[in-house]
Formats: sequence, C-alpha cells, structure tokens
Amino acid sequence: MKEIMLGNKAFARGLYEAGAEVVSSYPGTPSTEITEEAAKYDDIYCEWAPNEKVAMETAFGACLAGKRSFCGMKHVGLNVAADPLFTISYTGVNAGMIICVADDPAMHSSQNEQDSRHYAIAAKVPMLEPADSSEALGFTKLAYELSEKYDTPVIIKMCTRIAHSQSIVDTEARVVPDVKPYEKNIAKYVMMPGNAIKRHPIVEQRTLDLIKYAEETPLNRIEEGKDNSIGIITSSTCYQYTKEALGDKYPVLKLGMVNPLPVEKIKSFAGSVEKVIVIEELDPVIENHCKTIGIEVTGKELFSIMGEFSQSVVAKALGEPEKEGCTAIDKLPVRPPVMCAGCPHRGLFYTLSKNKLNVLGDIGCYTLGAVAPLSAVDMTLCMGASISSLHGFNKALGKESENKTVCVIGDSTFMHSGMTSLANIAYNQSNSTVIILDNSITGMTGHQQNPTTGYNIKGDPAGKIDLEALCHAMGFNRVAVVDPYDLAETERVIKEELAADEASVIISRRPCALLKYVKHKPSLHVDTDKCKSCRACMRIGCPAISFKNNKAHVDNTLCVGCGVCQQLCKFDALLDKEGE
Amino acid sequence: MNNTTNVMIVGVGGQGSLLASKLLGHVVMTKGYDAKVSEVHGMSQRGGSVVTYVRFGDKVYSPVIDKGEADYIISFEVLEAARYLPFLKKDGKIIVNSQEIDPMPVITGAAEYPENLLDKMAELGVEVSAMDALALANEAGSQKAANIALMGRFSKFFEDITEEEWLKSIEACVPPKFLELNKKAFYLGRNS
Repeated sequence: MKEIMLGNKAFARGLYEAGAEVVSSYPGTPSTEITEEAAKYDDIYCEWAPNEKVAMETAFGACLAGKRSFCGMKHVGLNVAADPLFTISYTGVNAGMIICVADDPAMHSSQNEQDSRHYAIAAKVPMLEPADSSEALGFTKLAYELSEKYDTPVIIKMCTRIAHSQSIVDTEARVVPDVKPYEKNIAKYVMMPGNAIKRHPIVEQRTLDLIKYAEETPLNRIEEGKDNSIGIITSSTCYQYTKEALGDKYPVLKLGMVNPLPVEKIKSFAGSVEKVIVIEELDPVIENHCKTIGIEVTGKELFSIMGEFSQSVVAKALGEPEKEGCTAIDKLPVRPPVMCAGCPHRGLFYTLSKNKLNVLGDIGCYTLGAVAPLSAVDMTLCMGASISSLHGFNKALGKESENKTVCVIGDSTFMHSGMTSLANIAYNQSNSTVIILDNSITGMTGHQQNPTTGYNIKGDPAGKIDLEALCHAMGFNRVAVVDPYDLAETERVIKEELAADEASVIISRRPCALLKYVKHKPSLHVDTDKCKSCRACMRIGCPAISFKNNKAHVDNTLCVGCGVCQQLCKFDALLDKEGE
Repeated sequence: MNNTTNVMIVGVGGQGSLLASKLLGHVVMTKGYDAKVSEVHGMSQRGGSVVTYVRFGDKVYSPVIDKGEADYIISFEVLEAARYLPFLKKDGKIIVNSQEIDPMPVITGAAEYPENLLDKMAELGVEVSAMDALALANEAGSQKAANIALMGRFSKFFEDITEEEWLKSIEACVPPKFLELNKKAFYLGRNS
C-alpha cells in the first residue's frame, strides 16, 4: 500500500515488517519518532530507557536472546552509548541488531553537529544511510539481514531532513523470522582480554568481507549522466539536492552504505569521468577515503564543512545559475524559540536571575532559561553535566561560590545521567545546591515518559522512581520541594538552601503546561487604568505579555492564567476572569 | 523538476503548521503526485519561527525549498510571512493570517514589531491574500482550527483538487472528535 510517511515513521515500519521484537531507546531530536511510531505496533515490545547506553545494552541483550532488536538515538546520544557499541562490534550478535543514529547538521535542536560516520569507522561496524522515507523502510529490513549474515550490529544513519521529511513509501506485511535459540558461547560473548584478542581478527576480516559486499550491493549505485566531464559521489540528502539541482546532467555514484566504503567501485566510477566531485555534509569522510585509495577528488574546497546544504548550495558550487526571489524587507526582528506561556521553569529562572546566581544548566527546554530577558543560565554542555560541573565549580572556589551557585537539571535528564553526578556530590561532599526541574515529562523532544513519571511509552502505569527518596538514600539530608508558580516561596527556599552548610537538593515541581491533563485557567487581562507602565511584568519574558499603547497587554490566545506575572505587578493591574 | 509546486507553511511554533502540512501532503498524494513534506521538531518548535516545506509534482528530490523557489507561502502570522519573502518566486502568492504575535525581542523592547507589513509586501508587487483565520476558527468553535481555516482559503488556488477530496484528506488527518470543527473551519476559510 502507498502512503506518505515521515522518515522516522517509515523506519519504524521497516522494523515492524522485518519482525523486530524488542526496541529500547532514549528520545532525542531528530530520532524520537522512530521509537514512538514503533510503539504503536502491539507486536513490538518498546520502551524508553533512562539513557542511550542502557538502551543499546538492552537491545544487545534481546538480540543475544535470539530476537531482532533496535535502539535509536540522536548523534550525541551515541557518545553516551559508545562504550557498548565498540565491544558489541567484537561480540557480534545472535539475532539481528540495528542502531539508529540521527545527526543534526545545522543544529536545529542540538548542542553540536558532530558527524556520526566517524563512530562507524572507529567501531568497525557497517553503516547504511537512507536518502528518503522509502529507503529508510527498505534499508531497515536489509540491515537485519546484513546484521545476521555478517554477525555485526548495523548502524543506520539518519539526519534531520530524512528523519523529519515525509515522502511516499510502499508498505508490506510483517514477517517474523524464527527465534535464534540462545547458546552459551564464552569465547564469543565474554570479552575478557584472552577472548577479545581472538575476536579482533574476526572483526577485521568482517570489514574485508563487507568491503566486498559494498562493491556489489545495489545500495551503492551509479546513475548515468549526459556529461562525463564531472562525476559526483554523494549520499543521503546531498544526493537529493544534487538531483534537484542538476537532474541527470552528470553521472552520480549514490552511496547507500557509507561504512565500509567500496574501493573498486569508486575507482571504476572515477575512471569513467574526467573529474570527481564529492558532495557530503559535515566532515570529508567520503572525500578522505577517495584520497586514501588514490583517487583525486574535489570536496571541501567547494563545499562547507559546516551546516546543511540545499539544491542552491549544490547549484552554486557547480556553476549553475542562481534563482532570484522577492525582495527582502529589511530589519525584521528575529523570533528565537522561547519558553511557553505558563512554563513552570519561568518562575524558577526569574528567581535565579533576580538573585544574580551562577546557574550551571543542562539539556532540555530549560536551556531556554539562557535567553533574554531571563538570561539566567551560565553554562550548558551535555546531558547531566550541570550537577558534575557544579561540584567541580564549588570544589574550585569553595565558600566563594557555594552560596551563590546552583545547577538546574530536568527530571528526565536527571534520570539519564544526573544520578551518578549527584552520587559524586554525596560521596566527595561539596556544599552544592542542586535544583531538579521536575515537570513530570521529557519536554523538549515532545513529551516522552521517563522513570519519574509513573507511565511507560504506551501511557500505561509503570514503575515510578521517587526523587525525594532517591536523594535521601544517597545521603542528602536537605531535600526541599517547591512550586515554581509561587515566586515568594521559591525564593525563600533557594536562599535557605544556599545558606545551609551542607549539600541540598531542591525539587521544583509543576507539570509542563503543554501536558494534556494540565487544566489551564482562563487568560488574564490588564486593567489599563491600574497599569502604570512600569514593565515589571515584562521581566519574566512571557510570550503572552507585550506592550500595546504603552500599557501591558495579555494575548488571550497564549495566556494560560499561571499567575506568575500577577505576583510581579505592584498595582494589581493583571486580573483574572473574576477581576482579582 | 520544472513542474514541481513548492509551498512553504510558516508561522510561530505551536500554531499548528504540522497538521496543515500533513493535510496538504495527504491530499496531493491522493491525487497521484510524488510529494515531500519537511517538518520542524524539537527546540525551534517552542515559540520560534517555524517553516514547513511541501513539494509535489511528477518527481520530487529535495525535501527543502530554497530562495526564489516557493510558489506559495501560507503564513500563520504576518511577520513570518515577511521573513520568508526571499523564498517566494517573483510571481508567487502569499496567503496570510492577519494575526500579529510579538517575538521576544519586541516583548523585551530590543526591537519593534514592523508596521504595515501587509502594505509593504503589496508594494513590492507580491500578491497577498490576507484573512482573519483566528476569527473564522473561533466561529467554527475553537481558535485551534485557524490552521485549517487558512488551508481552506489556500484550497481555492487549486482547481484540480475538489472540495470532496480535501474533505476526505481532512478526515484522514484529523482525530474524529475534532473532525466537525475542522471541516467547518475549512468551509469558512474556503468561502471567505
């Protein structure tokens, strides 16, 4: 059946059709929807794991037990899961195992734009790279066959434009292969030095076998062109941009398997054209491979090592005419992302900003606490780094920083990799104040459940980790809970915990305003006679409040009546429906 | 490809551009076109400027629309329509909801919301079709249906897609309990 399908949904369809039975992932843009869509099939067991390392090890366990498994993550998630990856490469698999890594060139929703192909090379595992939804579906099915045939995990690399683009796919029925019975095999699966040293040559031989496969597979195909003065080697979205810009002008070698890369196929393609141009986003991986095997190519001399490309980027680099659009209107104000109206993080960040505290941040919606006018966050690095960095900061400066420095970390991020950092504070005893922003959901990636919410990926009741009990069990005597909508109480507690001469955890608890079960109050409105234009309400950076005719104005399409702005107005000009 | 139609759906994160693009992608697929729809998820969804690309024709390669390529810009907000003007072909058309939402630099006082943007766009020779989609959506029963009201207006530009075909795609894309609301909003937009 023909359907128009998001790349990530097509990937999930591929998992379903190929008979995948166990899926474990941690959400991360742009990979999240693969697992969300897979969870809609009752035949596949799906879960959100606390982090990517746990997810990959869970998927490994499932494939060891004999069932096809999957784990998905964003590019930076693979940093977290790199440890098991490098050794699963040695053990190989029993039933097939697929890992998806979704890169984010141009950093639409990421803290860096690392190129995940380096991981496939370093871990010596094959990597496929689909160029649209149809390939995402087909490559996933093929990847299980490769995984089982070559006894290796297979990585499928997505990127934002493939993951989050819909295109047309043909769907088929699900076929579940027989369970591969688990057999104890100490030499294959126990990676102590004596065994691992015997597995390494098997890995090297596997790469040689896969290179042979890369020479023959239709995944790497040559498309004829009219003009042989140039030949283009490309993959993924860059293939689409190339075809869009140039049609069938030049021959194209389209690579669907980006590790290991073929040698003879590239040499023969290069021999059929006068000049070879490599078009690839981010790092010159294909380009360097060509140079290593003695093929002269042009790549990063013409194309940037940063950001995303497009058809016009390709057209321009190859000397094609540029298109002209309508004239721009100058000096339009930018519209950066902001915390939503009613976001529980706002009241907390306002309090931190007001007290001029150093705030070490983490990954999530609350990274937006760094944006003006709150400008509350000093640092954001990676998942969990807020707590560990705070510990280091306070160890470095001692009393100088302890009473004016905090860290903020979301509930999901805390479960992901904040717990071990908190253990370091408990163990090595810095006088740190950790704030857990518990909005009862994984927010930024679009509302996924996590171990603190009490629900699983399907929304059914599940185990629920009690944050207060966890902190107490680690040895924290001071664990406070505040409602960030209550500014006075929030400020009182933060000051008290900063002043305390031992480490403390503050849980700022209020569910995300976008959660369906959260009931909103009616929009507030402004009594323009009472409004003295002092702009105090503007300090919280709420997108629902603006100034019209020199008076505060509340946008009733956005306001959810959280009441934080009312607490800042000394003139009682912000009123609810009852006029209070 | 030459016969590809390029539509950009732009607005402020949270306004419902995903559903609008899903609807358009669905209806053109049922007409037998090749189609690609490129969405925005993640951080930029949070109240930022969002853009979705819908492309359809005999064969579509790229999922994105570049400067000077858009046949239509459907905008949920006035400033966002102006922002993407360089993407519009010289003879392209803009369908815009007349709602104005202040971006954070305007809220903080670092910038001002530009005045008379609709007039400025018209002065540049752009065909602008402005409508109060929010009012139509409220008339239909909920302001959340403004996206479909806007798509109703847009649907008038495609004579080869019938009203019935649009309605079938709305049925396929919208949860049953919101179906009547969205159908009503679509009619109001189409007949506005």
